[in-house]
Amino acid sequence: MSPDSGESFEIVAREDYSDVTFMLDIRHPAMARAAKAGQFVIVMEHAQGERIPLTLADFDPARGTITLVIQAVGKTTREMQRNCLAGTTLHAVVGPMGIPSHVGSAGKVLCVGGGLGVAPVFPQARAHARNGATVIGVLGFRNRDAMFWEDRFRGVCDELIVCTDDGSAGLKGLVTRGMEQALAAHPDIDECIAIGPPVMMKACAEVTRPRRIRTVVSLNPVMVDGTGMCGGCRVKIGEGVKFACVDGPDFDAHEVDFDDLMARLARFRPAEGEALRKWEESCRLGAAQPASGERY
Amino acid sequence: MAKKKTIRTIPQARTPMPEQAPRARARNFGEVACGYTLENALVEAERCLQCPDQPCVRGCPVGIDIPSFIAKIAERNHRGAYDVITDTNLLPAVCGRVCPQESQCEGVCTVGDTLEPVAIGRLERFVGDMAIREGWINLPYVEPTGFRVGIVGSGPAGMACAADMAKAGCEVVVYEALHEPGGVLKYGIPDFRLPNEVIDVEIDKLRRLGVRFECNTLVGRLFTIEQMIAEMGFDAVFIGTGAGYPSFMGIPGESLNGVLSANELLTRCNLMRARDFPSFDTPLMPGRRVVVIGAGNTAMDALRVSLRLGAEQAICVYRRSRAEAPARAEEIHHAGEEGVAFRWLTSPVEVLGDAQKRVRGLRCQAMELGEPDASGRRRPVPVPGSEFEIECDSVVYAIGTNANPIVGQTSKLRLDRRGYIETDDDLATSILGVYAGGDIVTGAATVIEAMGAGRRAARSMKAYLGLRDSDVVFAESAPYEARRFGFPPGERGHARLRLA
Ligand SMILES: Cc1cc2nc3c(=O)[nH]c(=O)nc-3n(C[C@H](O)[C@H](O)[C@H](O)COP(=O)(O)OP(=O)(O)OC[C@H]3O[C@@H](n4cnc5c(N)ncnc54)[C@H](O)[C@@H]3O)c2cc1C
Ligand SMILES: Cc1cc2nc3c(=O)[nH]c(=O)nc-3n(C[C@H](O)[C@H](O)[C@H](O)COP(=O)(O)OP(=O)(O)OC[C@H]3O[C@@H](n4cnc5c(N)ncnc54)[C@H](O)[C@@H]3O)c2cc1C
Ligand code: SF4
Ligand code: SF4
Ligand code: FES
Repeated sequence: MSPDSGESFEIVAREDYSDVTFMLDIRHPAMARAAKAGQFVIVMEHAQGERIPLTLADFDPARGTITLVIQAVGKTTREMQRNCLAGTTLHAVVGPMGIPSHVGSAGKVLCVGGGLGVAPVFPQARAHARNGATVIGVLGFRNRDAMFWEDRFRGVCDELIVCTDDGSAGLKGLVTRGMEQALAAHPDIDECIAIGPPVMMKACAEVTRPRRIRTVVSLNPVMVDGTGMCGGCRVKIGEGVKFACVDGPDFDAHEVDFDDLMARLARFRPAEGEALRKWEESCRLGAAQPASGERY
Repeated sequence: MAKKKTIRTIPQARTPMPEQAPRARARNFGEVACGYTLENALVEAERCLQCPDQPCVRGCPVGIDIPSFIAKIAERNHRGAYDVITDTNLLPAVCGRVCPQESQCEGVCTVGDTLEPVAIGRLERFVGDMAIREGWINLPYVEPTGFRVGIVGSGPAGMACAADMAKAGCEVVVYEALHEPGGVLKYGIPDFRLPNEVIDVEIDKLRRLGVRFECNTLVGRLFTIEQMIAEMGFDAVFIGTGAGYPSFMGIPGESLNGVLSANELLTRCNLMRARDFPSFDTPLMPGRRVVVIGAGNTAMDALRVSLRLGAEQAICVYRRSRAEAPARAEEIHHAGEEGVAFRWLTSPVEVLGDAQKRVRGLRCQAMELGEPDASGRRRPVPVPGSEFEIECDSVVYAIGTNANPIVGQTSKLRLDRRGYIETDDDLATSILGVYAGGDIVTGAATVIEAMGAGRRAARSMKAYLGLRDSDVVFAESAPYEARRFGFPPGERGHARLRLA
């Protein structure tokens, strides 16, 4: 894919789910064919951009597209929120990366997604459903306005519990409350998959640990290359150290050192703050940077 | 010909390389060694004795005809010198800069027995740079053979293999996982040693040979090696994915913020241009007091990059002594000039952190040299009770790398115990039609060795595809014009050379 093939990575559709969450469909037929649940891509919006990892939220071999759902949290993702409109292109999209999720013979699976983890857990829920498993979904959002993809999940889940922080829809409370409810109704759940912010995944691991339910989380450390070359994405798993991009991103939740992950996610916080401040300033001054592709 | 030169009649002193002054250069990313002028090159070329037994040629992993190209420089026939070099070496401007000459060509130069050896690398770079400036390129006329060859990885191994296969008339596609081609030359070796423009020019030459580069393509995950052969129509595949996977030591404190691999530091700085943050988006939090563990080329690069990013102090910690340090002699010398401090015979035991999980120091112990080990180097052994602390806010690991795991994870290729791809002497892997070379076969080595492997694999691939190989076909006495491309002009069915 580019530069020599002349192909570019075109955004064919965009949908906004809230003031911070948006979805992009990107044309990439080869990746749409190769992708499996649990894998991710690395995206560069423009030639001076950062390489950021994003989970494959969906992929459609028939249409030849992949789907990303992005939360605007810092400079890069907010700039993408502004610039990535349908019809524009991205500088680089590479993937699918990471080891695909193991979709085994589990009969009953609990799929938990919170915040930016809602979309990434969808392919796994669907893969388990297609595999004949009973799938129970638990989704957590800030409030009713932040909700998205409930319909997609209803299509693959046998049961769906929605939680909101403020109770404006579904259960009031965190996803762990939804999990407790699901586990009470289904003591025979074989496996749990939890994706979301590290604090949430840590809490989910503590819900399933006493019940000895195999739990898989998808880790999101800071990455650069995504090919095992930089070691920036290393995470502590049990006694060992793994590179999330090539040894993961899925790991056994009960083995993950979440405190270590959270501390390492703060590595670049001062620089990230500076970048965002400068960017916001330039937006305010109206010196808006040209959209992707026009910089060079 | 002029009177025969002897060791007494040649210029006695090796011509020094014009360099940026240490103080100034330690704060910028401009090139350290500025390159020979025409005058410099002429004087240095005079120092070559044109030895009949040519020891230097055997010292070069690709066997460049060193005396011939130096003779051409002395005759001021620079284009001729370029033609001789590119007969065997695709990237003179690169190798002249980064080859460990002291242990290769220059290490065995006859002049070196008495005086300082002929500066072969510097002369080679002189020719390579002139070729770039003048836009020289030896574009052969290639008759397509209809064969398609896929190359995985765009480092020196992949580039060399791609060039040879393209010259043999194959349609060549190079797949690269990163968004820019070049491998370590691009993401690892910093601009002050090897400017990115030099690599871009070389890549561009490959494009003009007809090689297609497909970046952003992670082979193994987007498609597998097996699929390349079975579904994508490649007649042969070469794997040159390098040994990028960095090692850590497993001592306490390695996940503290401020501990990173040299690869991460260098990639952020070179490929992602974090040194121009925030104009470029990738952040890098350079330390003020940086300790780099290791003493290879990667370590020297990390130390010198740290200084250029504004570190007040850059300290090299190595468990053996200077004599055993694997870096090029010139790099250690340059690093010292720029103010890098060396702690030889020192081994880290723990990275120390503060309450915010940031690095605050490195606990080390002193070592002494004991008996020689299997590699013949004297084994370092800890001195009891010698622990001490170095205050620092960043610790960079440059203690070596392992095989990149992705291709191994996703194919049935046979790997060795340590995860490198297993090949036979012809660099054929366990899958028919699939060849491998460079760091992914040998473990971390050198640019010129990787290129040599790429060419060797190309030779095997041509044999496998039934294409005749230049080196085999051509007798030594063949006219130079024909030898350059490989086949006698009259021979049928093979690619031929037409001077561009
Ligand atoms: C395997 C993987 C899959 C991911 N999938 C998604 C996804 O599907 N949707 C989505 O919105 N986000 C996803 N992320 C997170 C996404 O990569 C980050 O939000 C993005 O890099 C932030 O860039 P920024 O410049 O906008 O923000 P920054 O200014 O870089 O950071 C803002 C905040 O985000 C955190 N952050 C920075 N980089 C990362 C990172 N690489 N991973 C996680 N947090 C980070 C920082 O700690 C900081 O608090 C994923 C991350 C990984 C590693
Ligand atoms: C910092 C540093 C400094 C060095 N300095 C010197 C020096 O001064 N002199 C010297 O001679 N040597 C030096 N070396 C060593 C030298 O660079 C290497 O030996 C050489 O680059 C190896 O070449 P290669 O082609 O095998 O692999 P690499 O150059 O590593 O290239 C491999 C390429 O394959 C790509 N790749 C990997 N996996 C995949 C995949 N699955 N799909 C697609 N692409 C993939 C990678 O992204 C990379 O671009 C240095 C190395 C480093 C790291
Ligand atoms: S390629 Fe390297 S080893 Fe060979 S002659 Fe040039 S500098 Fe010397
Ligand atoms: S060994 Fe030295 S002096 Fe002799 S031909 Fe080679 S470069 Fe010249
Ligand atoms: S992102 Fe660089 S090793 Fe994983």
